[in-house]
Amino acid sequence: MSISNSLVYLIGLPFAGAAILLLGGRRTDKWGHLLATALSGSSFVVGLYHLIQMVNRPAEMRPTSQKLFEWISVGSFNVDAGLLLDQLSICFVLLITGVGTLIHIYSIAYMSEDRDRRRFFAYLNLFIAAMLLLVLGDSYLSLYVGWEGVGLASYLLIGFWNQKPAYATASKKAFVMNRIGDMGLSLAIMIAFATMGTVSFAGVAEQADNTSEAALTAMGIMLLVAAAGKSAQFPLQAWLGDAMAGPTPVSALIHAATMVTAGVYLITRSNFVFDAAPTAQLLVVIVGGITLIFGALIGTAKDDIKKALAASTMSQIGYMILATGLGPIGYAFAIMHLITHGFFKAGMFLGAGSVMHGMNDEVNMRKYGALRHFMPITFVTFGIGYLAILGVPPFAGFYSKDMIIEAAFNSGGIQAIVLGSLTLIGAAITAFYMTRVMILTFTGTKRWDEGVEPHESPWLMWLPMAVLAVGSFTSGYLLYHNKALYKWLSPLFEDHGEHEELLKPIVVSALALTMVAIGVSIAVYKYMRENVESVAPDNVSRFTKFVRKDLMQDQFNEKFFMRPGQLITKALVTTEDVVVDGSVRGVARMAIGSGSGLRGLQNGFVRSYAALILVGAFALIAAIWVVVS
Amino acid sequence: MNWLTLLMFLPLVGAAVVSVLPKANEKAAKQAALITTVAVLLVTIAMTLNFERENVGVQFVEKYTWIPSFGINFAVGIDAIALVLILMSTVLAPIVVLAGWNEAHGGRWSVKTFYILILVLETMMIGVFAATDLFLFYVIFEAMLIPVYFLIGGYGTGERAAAAVKFLIYSLVGGLLMLASIIALYVMSGDQFGHTFDINELSQLQMSSTTQNLLFLGFFIAFAIKAPVWPFHTWLPDAAGSASPGTSVLLLGVLDKVGTFGMIRYCLTLFPEASKTFTPLILILAVISILYGAFLAIGQKDIKRLIAYTSISHFGFITLGIFAMTSQGHSGAVLYMFNHAFSTAALFLVAGWMISRRGSSTISDFGGLQRVTPVLAWSFFFAGLSSLALPGLSSFVSEFLVLVGTFTRYPVHAIIATFGIVLAALYILIPVQKALHGPTTPGNENLKDLNLREKIAIAPVVAIIVALGFYPSPLLTIINPATTNIIAQLGFTDPVPSIEDK
Repeated sequence: MSISNSLVYLIGLPFAGAAILLLGGRRTDKWGHLLATALSGSSFVVGLYHLIQMVNRPAEMRPTSQKLFEWISVGSFNVDAGLLLDQLSICFVLLITGVGTLIHIYSIAYMSEDRDRRRFFAYLNLFIAAMLLLVLGDSYLSLYVGWEGVGLASYLLIGFWNQKPAYATASKKAFVMNRIGDMGLSLAIMIAFATMGTVSFAGVAEQADNTSEAALTAMGIMLLVAAAGKSAQFPLQAWLGDAMAGPTPVSALIHAATMVTAGVYLITRSNFVFDAAPTAQLLVVIVGGITLIFGALIGTAKDDIKKALAASTMSQIGYMILATGLGPIGYAFAIMHLITHGFFKAGMFLGAGSVMHGMNDEVNMRKYGALRHFMPITFVTFGIGYLAILGVPPFAGFYSKDMIIEAAFNSGGIQAIVLGSLTLIGAAITAFYMTRVMILTFTGTKRWDEGVEPHESPWLMWLPMAVLAVGSFTSGYLLYHNKALYKWLSPLFEDHGEHEELLKPIVVSALALTMVAIGVSIAVYKYMRENVESVAPDNVSRFTKFVRKDLMQDQFNEKFFMRPGQLITKALVTTEDVVVDGSVRGVARMAIGSGSGLRGLQNGFVRSYAALILVGAFALIAAIWVVVS
Repeated sequence: MNWLTLLMFLPLVGAAVVSVLPKANEKAAKQAALITTVAVLLVTIAMTLNFERENVGVQFVEKYTWIPSFGINFAVGIDAIALVLILMSTVLAPIVVLAGWNEAHGGRWSVKTFYILILVLETMMIGVFAATDLFLFYVIFEAMLIPVYFLIGGYGTGERAAAAVKFLIYSLVGGLLMLASIIALYVMSGDQFGHTFDINELSQLQMSSTTQNLLFLGFFIAFAIKAPVWPFHTWLPDAAGSASPGTSVLLLGVLDKVGTFGMIRYCLTLFPEASKTFTPLILILAVISILYGAFLAIGQKDIKRLIAYTSISHFGFITLGIFAMTSQGHSGAVLYMFNHAFSTAALFLVAGWMISRRGSSTISDFGGLQRVTPVLAWSFFFAGLSSLALPGLSSFVSEFLVLVGTFTRYPVHAIIATFGIVLAALYILIPVQKALHGPTTPGNENLKDLNLREKIAIAPVVAIIVALGFYPSPLLTIINPATTNIIAQLGFTDPVPSIEDK
C-alpha cells in the first residue's frame, strides 16, 4: 500500500465545477459548460497519471490510499474520510472520467439549445464527483455517500425537464426505488459493525474469516439488495425504463455506462463477504440470471429506441451480476464486461441521441427507417456498438460476454448447466432485439413524420461517438490479450485457480455465435421481409402484449406495494383524526363534564383549567409547607 | 465569569429595550431583536470556546439562594449536552428573527410585542437547559408555555386560538404529572438527607422500584408530550400548522428538544432502574413514532402539518437513540437534536416564504416553482434532502449513528426503523414534486424569488447542514465524553463485535 495526497483531486475537480456552476448562477452561463468539461477532463488526466504510477509499482504496492480526516468517531465506531485507489477502482476511475468527459463534449452540442445547459453541466459534474467518491471511498460508509450522491445526481438529471409531470414522476420513482436498495446498504453496514466492529473494506476483509457464515450471508444479501436497487436488477428493476426521461447523454453516462454498474462494483468490492457466504452468492446468480432474461425480453417489445437500449442495459448488467455471483472466477470477467459495455452501450446511446437530434426528438423507432443514408457516421458507430453487444468477433463484447458464458458453464454442478443455458438464451434474445433496433432505425423504408429532415450531427457529437466506437472495437481484445485485466485484478481476489472445465472455450464461442445467428435471423426474417408499420400492430399474441407491458412490472409493484402503502397512509390519517386525536378530545370533554360543542368548550376550558391549576398549586404549596415545617 | 446568567440576562435586556421603543417604529424593534440575538450568539460562542471538553461534570456552575425555606436555588450549570442545545438555540434565534422579518404583521398584537415574546422565550430556552435545580427547571419548563401560547394564538394563522389552547392543555397535563413527581422527590429528599431540589443530590435518593417507576412515568410522560412521542403527539401538527413559521421553528427546533433533553438529563439520571424497566416499551413507542410520523406526513395536504409529522418521525429516531443505551445511539441522538433543529428550520422557513408569497399552505396550490422562483425552490429542495438524511448532509451522520447504535443492541428495532428512510424519500419527494415540478400552477407566474435578507437568513442554515455532514467532529468531540459517561453511569457498555477467534 502506498500513500498519495493527490487522490482527492480526482473528486475535488468535478465537485468544484458543480459548486461553481450552481452557486455562480447565470453569470456562468457563457462558459460553464466549458469549465465543466475541462474539469472532468482534468480528472481523467489525474486518473491516467495514477494508472502510470501504479503500473510502475510491484503488484502489492499498487493500491494507494489517502486519509483526509476523521469523519465520524463515537466509541468503537470510527470512520475516516479516506480514499483508496487500487487495481479495481482505477478501472472505474478511468471509465467514469473517460466516458464522462466524452459525454460532456457531446452534450456541449446536444444541449446547446437548452436554456438550462449550465445547470445540466453542473449536475453532470456533480455526478462525476459522486461516482468517483463511490468507487474511491475506503469504507462502506464513504461509499454510501457516493452511492446516494449518484442517486441524487440521477434524480436531478432524470427530472431535468421536470416541468413535464411524467418526467418528474420518473425521477421520483427512481429515487424511491433506489432508497429501498439504500436501506439494504444501511443494514449491511450495521451488520458489519455489529459483527466485525468495523466498516472499512480492509477491516471487513480482515475479519471476514473470523465471522460466522450467518452474519456474512445476511450482510451479503443486504449488499445484493443495494446492488439490485442501483443496478436495476430484479426485483428493483422497474425504474430504469422510466429513467430514460432524462436527456440522452445522461442515459448514456449514468443509466448505461457508469452508475447502474455500481452494483457490480459493490459485489466485486465485497468479494471477501460473498466468497464466504455461498447462499448469498447463489442469490446473486439467481438475480443476475433472472434479470438478464427479463431485460432482454422487455427489449424485444420496445418501440422507443432509448427504452429498448435501457432494457438491454438491464440485461447486460444481469450478465455482470451473474458473473460476480460465480465467485473468484467471475469477478474479473464481470469487470471486463462492465468496461466493454461502458464503451459500446454509451456509444449506442449517444448514437440514439444523434438520431433523435436529427429526427426532431422522435424516439419511436417505427417512425425511423432508412437513416443509414442520411446519418452515415451515426450508422457506422452505432453499428460497431451493435456488433460489439452481439459478441461478434473481434468486437469487444465477443471477448467479455464469452468469458461470462464460459465461466457460467464451468461453475460446477447442475447450476452450471442452468446458468450457462440462460446466458446463451440471453445472447440469442439480445441478438434479436438489437437487430430489430438496427433494422427499424437504419434500414428499410422511410416512415418519418412530415417535416422531419434527418441530418448528421455536428462533429462535437460524432467525435465522442467515434472514440467510443474505437473502444467498442478494441477494448475487448486489449483486456483479454495475455489475460491482461485478469492478471491486473487478480491480486485482489482469492482465486485458487482450480476450475473444472465443462466446455472448452472454442465450444462456448461456437454455441454463443450460433445463438446469435439464430437471434439475428429471426429478426431479419420478421422485420426485413415486409414493411414495418409506423404504428405498432394490435393483432399480436397475448405474450407480446404481456412483454409490451414490461412483463407487468409496474402493475405488480402498484398492486402489491403502492396501493397497500396508500391504503395504510389513508387509514392512519383517518385513525389519527378519529381515534388518537379523538380520544384525547373525548377525555377533555369528559373532564369538563359537558357535552356541548368542542369549540365553545375549548375557550371556556382554559379559564376553568387555569382555575383548577391555581387551586391545585395552592394545595401543593400548602402541602409542601406542611412537610417543611 | 458568569456565562450562563449573562446569557439569560441579555435577551431580557433586549426585551426591555424593545418595550420602551415607540410602537410605530416597528423596524427599530426588529433591529433591536436582531442585535440582541446576535449578541447572545456571540457570547454563547465565547462560552463554548471556554468549555472544557474532557470534563464530564457540570461546568460554569452558578448558585444563588432563591427561596431558602424550601431549599430552592437559582442554580445553573451545563454539561456538554446542555451546551450543544444552548448553542443550537442561540444560533437559531437570530436566523428566526431575520427570516421572519415580516412575520408579526397582521398579528393580534403589535410587532413590538412579538419581539418581546421572542426575546423572553430565548432567555427561557437557555435557562431550561442550564437549570441544575429541579424547581427552577420546572418553573421555566412551565413558564415557557406562556410566550409560546401568545405567539401561536396571537401571530398564527387559521384556527390559531384553538391550536394554542390544545398546545397549552397538553403541556399543562404533562407538567402537572411531572410536578407530582418533583414534589415526591422533594419530600423523599427531606426524609433521607434534607430537603433539596438539587439534581445531583436527588440522583442519590434511595427509592423502591415501584416508587421509581411511578415517578419516572411522571417525568417521562411530560417529556413524551413535549418531544412529542407517539401517542402523545397530536397537539404538534395543530400547533405547528397554525403557528407562524418562526414560532414553529422555535417550537419544533428548540422547545420539543426539552422533551428529549429531559429524558436524558432527568429520566436517566434520576431513575436509572426505572429507565431500564421501561426501555422495551419506550423503544417500541419510538419505532412506532418513526413509521407513524412518516406515514402521516406522506398523507398530509398542508405543508406545515407535513413538516410537523416529519418531526414526529425524527423525534422517534432521537428517542430510539437515547434508549438504545449505546454510545453511538446516545451521541447520535444528541447530535440528531442539534441537526434536526437546522433541517426543520430550513424546511419551515422556506415553507413560510412560500406560504406568504402564495397566501396558501396547501401543497397542491403550488406547482412549477422551480421555473418561477429557482432559488426558493432550491432552498426547499435542499431542506428536504436534509430532512430525508442524504449522506453528506448533517442529518445523515446523526441518523446513521442512531441506527447503528441501536442495531448493536436491538437489531430488530433498528431494522424496522430503517424502513423510515424509504418513507422519508416519499414524504419529501412527493411535496417537492407537487410544489416545485410540473407546469406552473396558474396564479403563481409572478411569485418573487428570495430577496437578499432571506438569502442571508437561509445561508448559514445551509452552511451548517453541509459542514456538519462532512465534518461533525467539532460537535462529536464535545458530545462523546458526556454521552459515554451517561451510558457508563447506567451500567452499560457497548456490545462487542461477535467475531470468533479461529
